[in-house]
Amino acid sequence: MGIALALLGAASAALFAGIGSAIGVGRAGQAAAGLVTEDPSQFSRALILQLLPGTQGIYGLLIAFIALSNIGLLGGQVDTGMSVGTGLMYLFACLPMAFVGLVSAMQQSKASVASIGLVAKRPDQFGKSMIFPAMVETYAILALLISILAINGIPR
Amino acid sequence: MSVLPMKHMIVCAKRQDRKAILEKLQRTEAVEIISREDDESDEVFNRIDVSQSSQLFVKNSAQAERALEVLNSAAPEKSSLLSAFAGRTPITLEEYEANAKKRDKVMRDVNDILKLDKELTEAKADIPRITTQIEALTPWIGLTEPLSFAGTKKTAAFIGTFPELLTEAEIAERLAAAAPDVEALDVNVINSEDNITSVLISCLKTEKDKVDEALRRMNFQRPPVSDLIPSEQLDAYDRELKAAVAKIDSTREAIASYADKREDIKFIADYFRMRAEKYEVLGTLAQTKRTFIIEGFVPEQYAGTLEQDLSQSFDVAVEMLDPEPSEDVPVLLKNGPFAEPVEGIIESYSMPGAGELDPTTPVACFYYILFGMMLSDFAYGAMMSLATFVLIKKMKNMERPMRKTLTMFFYCGLGTMLSGILFGSYFGDAPTVIASTFFGKTLEVPKLIDPLSQPMKMLVLCFAIGIIHLFAGLVINLYTALKQKRYVDAVSDSVLWMLLVAGLLLFGLTTDMVTGMFSLNKISPVAGNIGKIMAVIGAIGIVLMDGRESRNWFKRTLKGLYGLYNVTGYLSDLLSYSRLLALGLATSVISSVFNQMGSMVAGTPVVGVIFFILIFIVGHLLNLAINALGAYVHANRLQYVEFFGKFYNGGGRKFTPFATNTKYIKIQDQ
Repeated sequence: MGIALALLGAASAALFAGIGSAIGVGRAGQAAAGLVTEDPSQFSRALILQLLPGTQGIYGLLIAFIALSNIGLLGGQVDTGMSVGTGLMYLFACLPMAFVGLVSAMQQSKASVASIGLVAKRPDQFGKSMIFPAMVETYAILALLISILAINGIPR
Repeated sequence: MSVLPMKHMIVCAKRQDRKAILEKLQRTEAVEIISREDDESDEVFNRIDVSQSSQLFVKNSAQAERALEVLNSAAPEKSSLLSAFAGRTPITLEEYEANAKKRDKVMRDVNDILKLDKELTEAKADIPRITTQIEALTPWIGLTEPLSFAGTKKTAAFIGTFPELLTEAEIAERLAAAAPDVEALDVNVINSEDNITSVLISCLKTEKDKVDEALRRMNFQRPPVSDLIPSEQLDAYDRELKAAVAKIDSTREAIASYADKREDIKFIADYFRMRAEKYEVLGTLAQTKRTFIIEGFVPEQYAGTLEQDLSQSFDVAVEMLDPEPSEDVPVLLKNGPFAEPVEGIIESYSMPGAGELDPTTPVACFYYILFGMMLSDFAYGAMMSLATFVLIKKMKNMERPMRKTLTMFFYCGLGTMLSGILFGSYFGDAPTVIASTFFGKTLEVPKLIDPLSQPMKMLVLCFAIGIIHLFAGLVINLYTALKQKRYVDAVSDSVLWMLLVAGLLLFGLTTDMVTGMFSLNKISPVAGNIGKIMAVIGAIGIVLMDGRESRNWFKRTLKGLYGLYNVTGYLSDLLSYSRLLALGLATSVISSVFNQMGSMVAGTPVVGVIFFILIFIVGHLLNLAINALGAYVHANRLQYVEFFGKFYNGGGRKFTPFATNTKYIKIQDQ
């Protein structure tokens, strides 16, 4: 039972953060495609702005990977007798990344879309346009940090 | 590391020299021309209207560009992946003059190409027209009379279609019902498909009108008339179609035959672009009957040589003035080879405003380190540095902005290599994985900190770098204020904050909470007490000074208290540096995911190794791309938000010299 809860935690980090990034990158991609139809030379800039909401998925993967390797599901000894308490600890430790990853990726994509609009009108302002989506990402990073610290703090 | 001082240059020269002087200035690329509006009341100086000739040059240039496009679609130019880095082709002044003489001939070629393109478009438009005609005629192929056939001496013929599928009997029946008193009728169905029935109906000439009336009520439609028998007509159309296709091919070939003129056309496009630009400047100059005046900003270091050059070659009077404080002086940065590459980063934020320092050098130092910590892999850094180094060395004519960017990534690669060594990351944990999967040995890579197993230690390192970064910002702020003799600002905006933040840090290091959390050694309580005192002095000072522009003491204290609240801003700034840890971990964890995937398949002999190598290459390239992007974005953010927030406002205008803004060629002036 414990190991199943821990696995649920790892899976939800990858799951929700991944969903958020997929939605985010998709949404930003539509705007980017629009920009490139008008001005193909803006491709690389549009691509960078599109990819910004994609990092949450990577952070989710990161948490899932650390959790999986800690509970021994990656090539180690699987602790089938893990207590429910420990399992819940893993589950809760993964939650910040799961939820903040989901929501921040979606919100970041809105900033990305707006920034792509900015680049469309003023290509010279690309440097600044990158910062607005990056502001949203801060919270995903903070959640990632807490999830990492929490998983590492679980006694083994 | 500085903003170059500018001179306000005024040149007065003879009107006959004006084109030569402008060309000289355009090639030197050292002067930003100040253009002034025409002053109607000025009776001595006036501007000449150059819009007509300038428009002609713009048009010529656009035509040449269009011809290049046409040429490229008929005979694509060979280009490699690296051509994006190649830059403009350098040519000497003599080559320029020689090429400029050929301009009329080249423009004729350009017009020929455009004419051929028009023919091509027309020929292409013919094809759908002919195809539609063929389609319309196909149902009538069995008819032995032309479509215009109206009948014989005694009979009348109706050729046309019904919009439904009908047999001969059905048609005869309906006709009989619609016109009961018609004596003789002959219905021949020529073709029936797609809900359309094509028919030939004959009747006596005397009953023509009755049949006509009946047919109209049955939705009978007549086809487009032609005097040839359908099969012959079809042959004619086929010949037309073949001719059109042949015409397209031959026109394409004719266009492609101009491929060897491509370089000339490129030159001519640039040539007219340059002339258009020159004429636009010419239009802004103040001129009298025999003289003219150019005004502009020149960087001080070029002012001397420029003055000398001009007075040697022409009869001119040159004056170099110090700009008035009210003037909008453009900003040009000058930095050494180490800092210069990040000028682009500064530029995309904002150029330094009046009186501000050029922040390029401190930004460069931190940029390479911060980027390195976020990518943090020796091998990735080595790949980046090597790739950019080879590109820079190989592409001699690379444009300056591109060269700067690549040099920046070269240094970022060095930073990445350094932090890769610190954290023992070489393609992630590849050495360990390879040693254990292929050689059955355990290999321990030497490292200072292992971010994955000691995240708290790593976090402390990140915060330490953050504190240094933020304090560097405050120090620059202090320096700028002192230099501008704003001593009160220097103390209240920098010194007090340094006292408060440093005091809080010292005090924090004596508390159990902080030291326990980060497993640090507690420092002596004396230091903590000093910290307390520093923090209190800082806090009181900020409350007193932050609202200093208000005269009302009550308001001033309230503003001061609000100012003190900004201390939370420092906390969030500091926490922001945890992204160094997060992004560094992202790189190393994802690379170890790929390494592990590789090692899982590596068990099977031979094939396993191949798969391992495949996964290794693809996985690590992907990881490098994603994380280099992340490191770039977040290194920028740390500079723009956290660092610049402490001292930098920007707002300057970039120096844009009167230059040859060409696309293909670059003239080298000795």
